Amino acid sequence: MNLPKIPLGKGVEWIENWLTTYFGPIFDIIHAVIGGMVSGIDAALNFLPAIVLTLLIAALAYWIGKWRMALFAVVGLLLIDNLGLWGPSMQSLALVLTASLLAVVIGVPLGVLCAQSRTFQNIATPILDFMQTMPAFVYLLPAVSFFSLGVVPGVIASIIFAIPPTIRLTNLGIRQVSPELVEAADAFGSTAGQKLFKLQLPIALPTIMAGINQTIMLSLSMVVISSMIGAQGVGAYVYRAVSQAKTGAGFEAGIAIVIIAILLDRLTQKLFKSKPQE
Amino acid sequence: MAIIEVKQLTKVFGHDAARALPLLEQGWSKEKIAREAKLTVGVNKAEFSIEEGEIFVIMGLSGSGKSTLVRLLNRLIEPTGGQVLFKGKDVVKMNPEQLREFRRKNIGMVFQKFALFPHRSVLANAEYGLEVQGVEKSKRTRLAMEALELVGLKGWENHRPDQLSGGMQQRVGLARGLANDPDILLMDEAFSALDPLIRKDMQQELLELQSRVKKTIVFITHDLDEALRIGDRIALMKDGVIVQIGSPEEILIQPANKYVERFVEDVDLSKVLTASHVMRQPEMIRPERGPRVALQLMRDSGVSSLYVADNEMRLQGLLTADNASQALKENRSILDVMLRDIPRVQPDTLLNDLFELMSETHLPVAVVGEGEKLKGIVIKGAVLSALAGNAVPEGGIGS
Repeated sequence: MNLPKIPLGKGVEWIENWLTTYFGPIFDIIHAVIGGMVSGIDAALNFLPAIVLTLLIAALAYWIGKWRMALFAVVGLLLIDNLGLWGPSMQSLALVLTASLLAVVIGVPLGVLCAQSRTFQNIATPILDFMQTMPAFVYLLPAVSFFSLGVVPGVIASIIFAIPPTIRLTNLGIRQVSPELVEAADAFGSTAGQKLFKLQLPIALPTIMAGINQTIMLSLSMVVISSMIGAQGVGAYVYRAVSQAKTGAGFEAGIAIVIIAILLDRLTQKLFKSKPQE
Repeated sequence: MAIIEVKQLTKVFGHDAARALPLLEQGWSKEKIAREAKLTVGVNKAEFSIEEGEIFVIMGLSGSGKSTLVRLLNRLIEPTGGQVLFKGKDVVKMNPEQLREFRRKNIGMVFQKFALFPHRSVLANAEYGLEVQGVEKSKRTRLAMEALELVGLKGWENHRPDQLSGGMQQRVGLARGLANDPDILLMDEAFSALDPLIRKDMQQELLELQSRVKKTIVFITHDLDEALRIGDRIALMKDGVIVQIGSPEEILIQPANKYVERFVEDVDLSKVLTASHVMRQPEMIRPERGPRVALQLMRDSGVSSLYVADNEMRLQGLLTADNASQALKENRSILDVMLRDIPRVQPDTLLNDLFELMSETHLPVAVVGEGEKLKGIVIKGAVLSALAGNAVPEGGIGS
């Protein structure tokens, strides 16, 4: 048995080259937009002194949740500042927020499309499976060749890795709206758009928010991986500590990520859970 | 004039369903088509027309195709063949735009499980139909409030549907269906999910509401009692076929076939039949006649009493043989001696409500209509034999 190896890798590289050659200007625009977003958010987060932002986030936590969460926010964020990781943490947060925001902006409409069209769903499902199971490192390479090193390919890789839950759960949420309600909306002569905005999206909202929450968590998990291609932030501290075998520094940076993760998770979860009780 | 005319309306479920049409034309049965063509016949060549302002009940057991049939009327389910003519215009041929207009303006719907929008207030639910039409906020709020008031939900407009009881939720459904003032209201098992007592109330209220708003109502139910209580006409369905259309009395008294007969045999007739069904022609006498004539009449017809009614059939009283002899002896007019305080009922009094009255008196009960006009009399024997399921004079008398 000596079959020639199928040149799958070669083919992928050929596509990569072709895209860089012919779509270079588009990648430049995307690069500028995403780069601008990350530095804009980073600047905004650093505009206020750490202590003021800490208190603001604590106030938000209190408004959304309970005093326990506010307390956690104060202690956690003060610890990050104390460890001297405030700046890089905000850089990482900017990356996560940019990636999540774009993932939601792209993912929700795609999820809606999946819910409206069985064909689209059948095409999208295997692609989403692929995107979620392909090791995230692999996205870094084409991202780098399209967008060079830095935070932008990190954002792109994060979006690709983190977007599937938003698409899936938007689709699921809309499909779970009871057929009787959809029938009622039809019986009163709703257009497809009216049905979507007056019925399906509002009812699917909790499910969609669960998807967005997942997306935020997944893009946070990309922080360390992105640092391998030059994305700055607390992820880079972890990566450096690992490569230099500095357990203490690695643990400190790791704790900072954990604190941000818990805050983002609880805040986004509570945000939609408190809504229906109005 | 018929507001809805349905011609050869057919729905077949399955792949390439239209191929079942010629098979149905050849008279293939539902079972044969299911077995050999792997298609499910939902509604088989339904044919009926609905008059403006009537309550048309489509009734049948589950799986009989009644829910499918009602959805063919507003094309929530796409018909496989046939026509639905709304004021002469074929709904089946409407393009999406026209269909949307038809659903918005002409035909409302109330659902079995209410299908209220849980994220909207009661008011916003009632407003929905107007909202999708693009009616401006202040106007649609006013119309929706009127509809809520009509169904007795004033003061509840800011609640969420899930804060309301089942009966109240269905009132919201009803208000939502009525708010955009459609010509026709489709009610798909609208009261089936309610408790029996609340259900009776709702049926009664629907009848009252109907007498005020005069909508054409197509009401789907699997409950014969409900059909008999609210229907002006009833269409009975079995296996996708309409087996009989008629008034409640026609269905009960002249079942079209064994199926309908079996269907109606368990009906509590005392709650369906009325005095007008069991009454018979009374022996009567004009008030100006003398007692001698009265006694002669009684002898001739073999009865012991006569009803006294004037030339416009207005009931005056009852003259017994004893009264007549007394009048003859004392030389008085029959008006002076007759019994004036006699039991009387309306023609639409249910037999159920007649029992008590009949047990308290040995006299026959007079059935009087508007203006005290004597329509007939009810004697005990007739009531009992009617309840035994026989000897009901066809359609009663004088009606």
